[in-house]
Amino acid sequence: MTRPDLVIVGAGPAGMAAALAARDQGVRDILLLERDQHLGGILNQCIHPGFGLHQFKQDYTGPEFADQYIREVEAAPEITVSLRTFAARFAPDKTLTCLRPGRVDAIRARAVIFATGCRERTREMIPIPGTRPAGVFPAGLAQKMMNLEGLLPGRTVVIAGSGDIGLIMARRLTLEGARVQAVIELQAESRGLARNVVQCLEDFSIPLHCRHRITRIHGQNRVEKVSVAAVDDDLRDRPGTAFDIPCDTVLISVGLIPENELLEMAGAAMDLKANTPVVRELGVTSLPGVFVAGNAGNIYDLVDSVTRDSERVGQKAEAYLRGVA
Amino acid sequence: MKPYDILIVGGGVIGTAVARELSKYKIKIALLEKEVELAFGVSKSNSGIIHPGTQTPPRSLKGRLCLAGNRLLRSWAQELGVHFKEVGELIVAFREEERAVLQRIQQDAESLGVLGLKIVDRAWLAEHEPNLNPEVKAALYAPSAGIVSPYRLVYDLAENAQQNGVDLFLQHPVSAIRPGRGYFEVVSSGSTVFRARVVINAAGLYADEVARLVGIQDIVIHPRKGEEYLLDKKRENLTRHLLFPLPTPTSKGILIIKSSDGNPIIGPTAEPAQSKEDLGTTDAGLAKILASVQKMVPTIQRRDIIAYFAGLRPVAGDDFIIRHEAALPGFINVAGIQSPGLTAAPAIALMVRDLVRTSGLTLAPKRRFQRHRKPSVHLFSRPLSSARALVRKDPAYGDIVCRCELVSAREIRDAIQRGARTLDGIKFRTRAQAGRCHGGFCTTRIMKILAEELGQPPEALTKRGPGSEIIAKSRDHDPA
Ligand SMILES: Cc1cc2nc3c(=O)[nH]c(=O)nc-3n(C[C@H](O)[C@H](O)[C@H](O)COP(=O)(O)OP(=O)(O)OC[C@H]3O[C@@H](n4cnc5c(N)ncnc54)[C@H](O)[C@@H]3O)c2cc1C
Repeated sequence: MTRPDLVIVGAGPAGMAAALAARDQGVRDILLLERDQHLGGILNQCIHPGFGLHQFKQDYTGPEFADQYIREVEAAPEITVSLRTFAARFAPDKTLTCLRPGRVDAIRARAVIFATGCRERTREMIPIPGTRPAGVFPAGLAQKMMNLEGLLPGRTVVIAGSGDIGLIMARRLTLEGARVQAVIELQAESRGLARNVVQCLEDFSIPLHCRHRITRIHGQNRVEKVSVAAVDDDLRDRPGTAFDIPCDTVLISVGLIPENELLEMAGAAMDLKANTPVVRELGVTSLPGVFVAGNAGNIYDLVDSVTRDSERVGQKAEAYLRGVA
Repeated sequence: MKPYDILIVGGGVIGTAVARELSKYKIKIALLEKEVELAFGVSKSNSGIIHPGTQTPPRSLKGRLCLAGNRLLRSWAQELGVHFKEVGELIVAFREEERAVLQRIQQDAESLGVLGLKIVDRAWLAEHEPNLNPEVKAALYAPSAGIVSPYRLVYDLAENAQQNGVDLFLQHPVSAIRPGRGYFEVVSSGSTVFRARVVINAAGLYADEVARLVGIQDIVIHPRKGEEYLLDKKRENLTRHLLFPLPTPTSKGILIIKSSDGNPIIGPTAEPAQSKEDLGTTDAGLAKILASVQKMVPTIQRRDIIAYFAGLRPVAGDDFIIRHEAALPGFINVAGIQSPGLTAAPAIALMVRDLVRTSGLTLAPKRRFQRHRKPSVHLFSRPLSSARALVRKDPAYGDIVCRCELVSAREIRDAIQRGARTLDGIKFRTRAQAGRCHGGFCTTRIMKILAEELGQPPEALTKRGPGSEIIAKSRDHDPA
C-alpha cells in the first residue's frame, strides 16, 4: 500500500493544472494517475485550433495547449506520473485500487482529486430507434479514429446533434474527403459555439436542420440511410415533414456526461441527473478530502476555464492537507 | 466431398447443444453456420432467462422440455464453466381478484412438475423485493427461475463440442440438400458438398427454408419481434428476482429481468415482425416497455437505459416442432423454437439424440468424452482482490481496455483465440463495448488487438461479418 499525500486521477488539462497548483502551494508528494499511455487527455485528439486564447493569449491546437502543462509536470520532482494505470475502485477511506499491466495496487491517499473528464452521450441514450448497423459512432470516437489512428470512419455522413465535437468533425471529415450531408439538431439553435457554426458548417455549405430529429437509423450491416422529421416546440414530430438522407455513417454529438462512477462508488452525494458530485463550493465533494476538477465536475466550453478552475481546486486540496496535518 | 455421420444446420443454442450432446458418441459430426460467428441469430438477442415452467401450457411439448431443461442446465453450466444463477421469479398481481389467476398458474405449473411454488403476500414482498410498487397485492414465487448469458452458453457449448471432435464450419450457409440412398448431400457456400447420414435442421428463423430444401412444406415460421432495453449496471440491484406481470394469452408480458452481466433488462415486446431481418427498435416499443415496467418498479428511469436490441422469436404455431421425418429417414427438424428455447435447449438435445437413434444410427458412447472445459476468465465477475494473482500470472490482465465493464487486453485476446472474429463477437464474449460508453473509449484499441490477432488491416474488420465493415479506409490502405 502506497500512501501519497495527494492522488489525482486523470491527467488531462484539469488533472495537470490541479497537480501543478498543489505543488506550487507546497504539496511535495503527488501521484498523478492516467489510464492512457500519454498525458494530455482528450486534448491529444483535438488537433484543431482555438485553445488558449484566454490563458496564453495564443491560438494553440489541443496538443500544443496540453504541451504547456505536460512539460512542467514532467519536470516537477514532486509529481510522480503513472501512465496506463486504471483506477477501478474507490473506497470511502480514500483507498484507490488501480490496475496496470503487470500490477494491481492499493493506494491510500490523504487527499484525492478526481479529474476524470467525461464520456459522450450515445445513440442509446437519446435513444434513436432503428437497426444497429456498423457506422454509428459517438463523434469523439470518430475524432479519435481520424486524428490519432489515421482511420476514416465513413464517406457519407449525417451528424446527430450540433455539439462542438460534431461541428468540428463536420469540418474535419469534409477536409478528409468525406461528404457531410447534414447536421440534425433537436433544439431551435446549435448547441455549439457560434464561431464553430460559422467556421465548420457555413464555410463548407453543410446544412444545419434545427428543430429536427433522426427518427430512425436504417441498414442491416452498415448504415444505409436515416429518416428525419421536423419537430414542434414540444419536440413532437410534425406530420408530413419526414424525409430520408442516404449515408453510410452517423455521428452522434448530443452532449457529454461527467465520469464520476468512482465517486459514486465511495458514496459521495451525487446529482444523478447531471452525474456530478454535489459540491458545497467549487470542487469540494461531500467526502472530506475528496475533490473534483474539470469536466468531471461541470461540463466546460473552453479548456482555458478548466485549467483556471482546476488550479483553484488544487489549492483547496493543499489547504485541506495543511488543515489535517 | 466431406463425409459425416451427422450434419447440423445452425449454430445457435439448439444446434450447439445438440452438437455437444452428440459429441458424447462415436460418430463424426459437422455443424454448419451461415454467419461469421456462432450465436448471431435468435440466440444472441433474448432475455437469458432459464424459465421454471410457470409460463407454458402444462400439456405442451415446450412445457415438458422447459421443465427438463431447467433441471439439466444446472449441471451443463457447471461442466462448461458457464455462470448460472438461480434468482427466482415473481409473477405479480395488482388486484385481490387476480389471486385466482395466480392460483391457476400455480396449479398448471405444479401439474407440469414445477417445485417450490408459493403465493406470497404484501409483507413478504416488502421484505424480499423492496423496490416493487407497494400496490402489488400478491405474487406467485417460483424459486427455480434462473439466468444465464445466452451467447456465452452457445460459445461454451460449441467449444466443448469441438474439444470432443465436432467440426465447425462458419460462413457455410446450406443452400441445397439432396437426399440419396441412406445419406444426404448437403451443398454449402456454392460448391462445398458434405455427405451425412443424418441431417438436423436447427436453423432458427430459417428452419422453414431449410426444411423446404427437402420438400417439407408444413413448417412456416412467423417471426415475432421482441424489443429489449438494457439498464446501466449501477442499477444491478434494482430487483432481487425476475419480475413478471400477469401473462396475456399471447405473451409472458413485459418483464424486469436480472441478467448474468449485471445490467437489468426491460422488455420484451411481442409484435409481428415485417421480415426475418426486421431487427429495428421503435419509439412505440420503448414507450410501451417503460410504461409497463414503471408500473412494477416506479424508480426505473429512461436515463437508466444504456443499450437496446430487438430479437425475433421463430414462431411456427403454438408449440415446438421436433420430429424425425418418417418419409425422409435421417432428416430431423427442430423448428419453431421460440421461448423458452434457451431453457429447453439441453432437453431438446436429449430428445434429438433419441430421434437420431430412431432414425437408425447407432450411438455408442465414447470412452473419453471431455465433460469439462477450461472456463473463460472475466475480471468483472470476480472480486478485485483475486485479480492480483491473475495479473501476476499474466501482466495483460492488468491492461484494462474497456473501462466501463473492466475488461483487460488479455480477455480480448483470449476471446479472439477462442473464436471471436468481429467487434460484436468480442462484445458478447467479454462485454467490452457493452457498457455505458458503448465503445466510445475502447473501440480503437479493440480494433488494434483484433487486427493484430487476425493479421488483417483495419478496414477489413467488421462489426458482425462481411458488409458491416467498421471504417471506410485507413491511412496506409485505401481500397477505393
Ligand atoms: C426477445 C426474445 C426473448 C427471449 N427470451 C428467452 C428467455 O428468456 N428464455 C428462453 O428460454 N428463451 C427465450 N427466447 C427464445 C430463445 O432465444 C430461442 O428459443 C433460441 O435462441 C432459439 O435458438 P435456435 O438455435 O433455434 O435459433 P438461432 O439462435 O437463430 O440459431 C439458428 C442458426 O441457424 C443459422 N442458419 C439459418 N439458416 C441457415 C442455413 N441455411 N445454413 C446454415 N446456417 C443457417 C442462423 O444463422 C442461426 O445462427 C427469447 C427469444 C426472443 C426473440
